[in-house]
Amino acid sequence: MAPKQSRNPELIRGVGKFSRSKMYHKRGLWAIKAKNGGVFPRHDPVAKPSPAAAKPSKFYPADDVKKPLLNKRNPRPTKLRASIAPGTVLIILAGRFKGKRVVFLKQLSSGLLLITGPFKVNGVPLRRVNQSYVIATSTKVDVSGVNVEKFDDKYFAKKVEKKKSKGEGEFFEAEKEKNVLPQEKKDDQKSVDAALIKSIEAVPDLKTYLAARFSLKAGMKPHELVF
Amino acid sequence: MPFKRYIEIGRVALINYGKDYGRLVVIVDVVDQNRALVDAPDMVRSQMNFKRLSLTDIKIDIKRIPRKSTLIKAMQEADVQGKWDKSSWGRKLIVQKKRASLNDFDRFKLMLAKIKRSGLIRQELAKLKKESAS
Repeated sequence: MAPKQSRNPELIRGVGKFSRSKMYHKRGLWAIKAKNGGVFPRHDPVAKPSPAAAKPSKFYPADDVKKPLLNKRNPRPTKLRASIAPGTVLIILAGRFKGKRVVFLKQLSSGLLLITGPFKVNGVPLRRVNQSYVIATSTKVDVSGVNVEKFDDKYFAKKVEKKKSKGEGEFFEAEKEKNVLPQEKKDDQKSVDAALIKSIEAVPDLKTYLAARFSLKAGMKPHELVF
Repeated sequence: MPFKRYIEIGRVALINYGKDYGRLVVIVDVVDQNRALVDAPDMVRSQMNFKRLSLTDIKIDIKRIPRKSTLIKAMQEADVQGKWDKSSWGRKLIVQKKRASLNDFDRFKLMLAKIKRSGLIRQELAKLKKESAS
């Protein structure tokens, strides 16, 4: 239900436009009285459900036990900066891909940003990145042809392997299996990038721009640069 | 070396300090030894210290403290903005502003253009060198 709008607009904090008698008329209290024979209707108090007879506890602790404080925290994904919108070109500032210019796709429920290079252009795959490690530029790419519905945090979770027996000879073989990227992920990358690369090639120089890394040169002052 | 640009009524100046930094104004009156009354089409007429003004070469023909409409008409007739934009000082400021407002993508395109241009120049130079050597 929408919050009730007051019929008495505030002129200044604490001072309404209409007097008590005017408000009495506006709220229709006269009509309520008239309907009820000249007095305000009285309603009998609602019968409160009496609590079922609680059995006296058998055990009371010797010292008072403190109850933990109530935690009303309602976690939600990080607030997305106004400059970041689907299709924005971002500059990654840390990690393996620092300096790379990358296309933003969507914000995941954990708050991290889903990005892609595209992979063919600059080698950055579908990846999650934190908003704090990113500079948003004002360049935008058209992402209307890209479907990112299926990607969420679970897609990027690490695969949990079952522990096998601890035979010494088996250690070396087991480690080699992990590093292959499943074909499904490669196909996802290709499908996302196909539409993106088309819209990137429509803008002159944008492909070479995304392929190049960003770096600060002499005379560039980050606080004065317009990104 | 005598002075060439004088404080006089009608002198166009550039504000070089303060809230209105970078604005072109006209001196419409002199208050005292240090201050002038200054006016511009999009500004409230106010007093300003001479130290905040950098005088330009442009001067317009007005009487002491003209009306805003008279001032605007005089400025348009003298084409102050046009003369300013054509002058080398004015052009430098325009370039500075453009450079400051460049986007990261724009800076990248600028870099590509510079490389292309210098490549062409080098080609021509190489041709000329070859001709003069032979």
